[in-house]
Amino acid sequence: MSHHIVEVNDLRYNYPDGTEAINGLSFTIKHGESVALVGANGAGKSTLLLHLNGSLAPSSGSVRIGEYPLTPETLNSVRRTVGMVFQDPDDQLFMPTVRDDVAFGPLNLGLPVNEVDEKVITALQTVDALHLKNRPPYRLSGGEKRAVAIATVLAMSPDILVMDEPTANLDPKTRRTLIRLLSSFTHTKIIATHDLDMALELCHRTIVIHRGRITADGLTSDIFSNDQLLLESHLERPLSMQGCPICNRKKPK
Amino acid sequence: MAKIHHAFFDVSYFETLAGQNTPVHLVDPRAKVLTTLLFILMVVSFDKYAISGLLPFFVFPAVMITIGDLPLSYLLKKLFLVAPFAFFIGIFNPFLDKQTVLQFGAFAITGGWISFTSILLRFTLTVGAALILIATTGFREICLALEKFKIPRIFVLQLLFLYRYIFILIEEASRLVRARRLRTFNGRGMTIHVASSLIGHLLLRTINRARRIHLAMLCRGFDGEIRLMRDLKIQKGDYLFAGGWLLAFLIMRFIDIPALFGDLVMGLYP
Repeated sequence: MSHHIVEVNDLRYNYPDGTEAINGLSFTIKHGESVALVGANGAGKSTLLLHLNGSLAPSSGSVRIGEYPLTPETLNSVRRTVGMVFQDPDDQLFMPTVRDDVAFGPLNLGLPVNEVDEKVITALQTVDALHLKNRPPYRLSGGEKRAVAIATVLAMSPDILVMDEPTANLDPKTRRTLIRLLSSFTHTKIIATHDLDMALELCHRTIVIHRGRITADGLTSDIFSNDQLLLESHLERPLSMQGCPICNRKKPK
Repeated sequence: MAKIHHAFFDVSYFETLAGQNTPVHLVDPRAKVLTTLLFILMVVSFDKYAISGLLPFFVFPAVMITIGDLPLSYLLKKLFLVAPFAFFIGIFNPFLDKQTVLQFGAFAITGGWISFTSILLRFTLTVGAALILIATTGFREICLALEKFKIPRIFVLQLLFLYRYIFILIEEASRLVRARRLRTFNGRGMTIHVASSLIGHLLLRTINRARRIHLAMLCRGFDGEIRLMRDLKIQKGDYLFAGGWLLAFLIMRFIDIPALFGDLVMGLYP
């Protein structure tokens, strides 16, 4: 296995109407790294994620996943390697029951049915959702949906997990459970998020994107203490780095 | 919009009913789908003035509801909701068909009233049977059964996706409508113009969602074919179920049980 597992080189992407969404991005991610992608709304995070498994084709530049450059020929093996968890679990859970949904990927990979069943059970156990196996997705809570959505991806045994806002719309306890779950994974992780506290806990490295360009790429703790950079990128320090809200209350001007 | 939301919770209630473990629920869905189809065929095959011949067929829903532990009043309510369709189909019969067929003293019953009653009975039986099928089987299983019966896959998948996303569509629609209602005063925002824009928005959102779902499918190796886990196993009991009912339906269809019964009773009092 190559040491660099994700390599993005001068990636550019224009929307069909000509608007530039991504404007020359380059970075490499090593095996086993956890990287947070942060930036303002519309900075290009989600668009970038869609390039990582070939859901969008770049206008110019290239993406390499492990051994393979991302081309139409390698698309299938890349999609097996890169597991994508979408922002809205309702988009991801489209089958009539949880079990069918988790089995969808492995069945498409052509695994025999008994092995698929094993994969489904293991994946659901990992996210602690085995008891939901026969439930239809529309009867799950937000947190359960998220867990099952992650299981659908795990069932394909990906090397890389790409997640778009995994903690969005979760209550604090469910969010905590999810963070614990994600930190137990050994996969290479790429997480686009506004939840900077989660980024601080899960990712040692952070890439800041602003208007389709990388404005910073480094240790999460360094980036989140650079107030000037955060301000320019429409971000602010994670709450856990802001000190006590009562003692350090800002004085009204 | 409260009504739409009620309908939404109702569908979930059907799913709860379908999740029970009574002997009827455990019968293979294929056997139940086939039996229900045969039942409907038999019921609609009677001639238009049939009333007494239809009565024995109430045995089927009665048995299914009892053994399947279904709430009768709930099913009746559902029937009542769709009843206007049948009512308006039949309501003109009494005015068009005025030939007297029965005379009770001064009361004359015309053929129109008889065929109208017959339509209502058939409606109750057929729609009731369909409701019972859903409440004892569940939508996914019915779709699996249809697929096994070689109904083209594309239709089965359409049904499955419809069933999966109808809830989300309803939710999205009710959010739009609620947002409009909250900013409507004195009925000013309720024009057709606003409604058409609302529907347009809903369509755009639906298309966007469809695109995202398709993307999610592609990410997990979708290649144009959806593979379902098959876990249907047909057993002796299932053949017995379908075969037994078929026999019962045939007897009810071709032997006039109410007439026999009547003869029997009349025989007792010569």
